[in-house]
Amino acid sequence: MNALAHDGLAMTGRQLRRVRNSPGLAILTQMMPINMLLFFGYVFGSALAMPGREYRSFLVPGLLVATAAGGLMTGMFQAAADTHRGVMDRFRTMPVSRAAVPLGQAAADLVVTTLGTVPLLLVGLAVGWRIEGSAMEAAAAVGLLLFFRFACTCAGIFLGLLTRSEDAAGQLGASSFVLPLLSNAYIPTGNLPGWLRTLAEWNPISAVTTALRDLFGNAPVPADSSWPVAHPVAGSLAWSLALTAVFLPLAVRRYAHGER
Amino acid sequence: MDTTYAVLSEGLEKRFGAVHALRGLDLAVAQGTVCGLLGPNGAGKTTAVRLLTTLLRPDAGSARIAGHDLVREAAAVRSRIGVTGQYASVDADLTGRENLRLFARLQRVRGPAGRADELLERFGLTEAADRKAAAYSGGMRRRLDLAASLIRRPDVLFLDEPTTGLDPASRTRIWESVRELRAEGTTVLLTTQYLEEADRLADDIALVDRGRVAHTGSPAELKALIGSYAEAVVADADGLPAAAAVLDRLTGSTPVFDRERGAVGAVTTDPTLTLPRLVRELDAAGVPLLDVSLRPPTLDDVFLRLTGESTDSKELVA
Repeated sequence: MNALAHDGLAMTGRQLRRVRNSPGLAILTQMMPINMLLFFGYVFGSALAMPGREYRSFLVPGLLVATAAGGLMTGMFQAAADTHRGVMDRFRTMPVSRAAVPLGQAAADLVVTTLGTVPLLLVGLAVGWRIEGSAMEAAAAVGLLLFFRFACTCAGIFLGLLTRSEDAAGQLGASSFVLPLLSNAYIPTGNLPGWLRTLAEWNPISAVTTALRDLFGNAPVPADSSWPVAHPVAGSLAWSLALTAVFLPLAVRRYAHGER
Repeated sequence: MDTTYAVLSEGLEKRFGAVHALRGLDLAVAQGTVCGLLGPNGAGKTTAVRLLTTLLRPDAGSARIAGHDLVREAAAVRSRIGVTGQYASVDADLTGRENLRLFARLQRVRGPAGRADELLERFGLTEAADRKAAAYSGGMRRRLDLAASLIRRPDVLFLDEPTTGLDPASRTRIWESVRELRAEGTTVLLTTQYLEEADRLADDIALVDRGRVAHTGSPAELKALIGSYAEAVVADADGLPAAAAVLDRLTGSTPVFDRERGAVGAVTTDPTLTLPRLVRELDAAGVPLLDVSLRPPTLDDVFLRLTGESTDSKELVA
C-alpha cells in the first residue's frame, strides 16, 4: 500500500507536469464546453419552449457531466499514447507498483478536471446559472461529478491500454461526443419516443445530470422516468461504482500484463 | 553458475499466434561482459530482449537474470536491470530533467534531483535539461533513454538496437558510453543489425537466426572459424587460371572468380599464410598481379557461412 501511494504520487506528479508543460491541450479541452454553453444556451435556447435563462441553468449541469464523461476520451488517449510511445513499457521494466500507473493517471486527471471546471462554472454564473440549493447539496453534487469523472477515466484507461494506438483512440474519442446527445444533458427526455427515452435515461450521463440539477436546485427530477433518473443520486453512485468496479481492475490487469 | 552469469536462459520459446518468434533461445552472458545479439530483422532479437526484461512471458523455457528467476521473481529482476530500446522510452512531454527525476523517484533513489543532474551532466544534456524531450534530436533522445536506464546503476543493461537511425557522431558517443559502463562492471546485452557495432563493442557475439542462437563466440573466434579471404586481382584475364591454381594449392579451398574485376579469391584458415608469402608465390607462378589482399572476414561473411543465408536476402524476407 505504501509503495502504491509512493508510486501513485510520482505518477500523478508526472501527469500534472505534462499538463503544465503543454497547457494548450487542457485549455482547448476546457474551451469546448464553454463554447457549447454559449451556442446551445443562446441559439438552441431561443428555439426551445423553455425561457432562455431557464434553459441555460438547465444546460450547465448537463455540460458539466458531458465534460466529465470526456474522461473516457482523455483517459483512453493518454493511455494509448503512453503505450504507443513506449513509456508504459519503461514503467513495466521498473519495480513500480502495478496499480500506480493507472491510478496515478486517474488521480492527476481529477486534479486537472477540478481546476478546468472553474472557468465553465464562471461562464455559467455569468449567463444566469446559480447554485440554488444548500452548500451541502452543492458539495455532494461536486462529489458525484468527480466520482463519475474518475469512473469514466478508468474505463478510458482500460480502452487505451487495449487499443495501444493513438489513432484508434482518437477515432473512438471523436465518436464519443454522441454519448451526451443520447442523454438528458442538453435536452429534456420527456418528449422522446418511449424506447429512445428509456435508452437515454439509462445512459449514465442522464442519472448524474439529473442528480446535479436536483442538488444545485436548477430543475426538479422529471416525473415517471426510469429508475436511475427517478433516483438520481443513488443512480449516479450505482453507475460510477459499477464502472469503477469493472474497469479499474481491468485497467490494472491490462497494464500489469502488457501484451504478454 | 548463477553467480557468474548475469543472463542465463534455457530453451526460451515465444509464439505470437502462428509466428514462432523464439524457438528455444539458449544464452549465457558472463558477468561484466558485453554480449551482442546479432541478427537480421525478424530473427527474434527484440522478442528475446522483451522476454528477458519481463515485458513478455515465455511460453516455455526459463531464465535467470542477475540470479533471479525471470518469471517467479520478476519484481527482483526489474530492480536489477536497465532497459533502453526502440520501445522502452522516455516521456516526450516531460523535460529531460523531469524524466530522470521521475524515474529516480520511482526507483527509490536517494536524492533523485542530485542523481538526475549527475546523469544529465554525464550524458552532455545539462544545457537541454529543461527542454521537453520531444524537442531533442535523435542522438540526445537516445542519450536520455540511456541515462534513464542507468538511474539505479543496473547489474544488467539491455540495449535494443541502441544506435539504429543515429548519425555517426551520435553512434560513436553511445559506443563510448557502453565501453565506460563495461569498465564499471555493468553487464550489457545489446542487440544490433550492425555487424560493425557488434564487432566493436561485444566480448561475445550470439548470432540469432530464426528464433535460436545459431552460434556464439568472440568476434575473433567467429572470424577464425570462417578464416580469411585471400584474393588476387590480375592485370589480364589470361592470368586468372594461374592465380587460381596458386590459391587452390595454398588454401586448400575452391577459388571463387569475379571476372568482372579480374579477381579470384579463396578462404583460408591457415595461419602461416601471410601476405608476403602470398605475393611471392603468385609472383613466382608468373601471375600478372595488380592487387593482392588477405582480409579478415567481416561478420557478414560469418553470418552467411554459419546460417547459410546472407543478411541482406533475409532482411528482404523479414
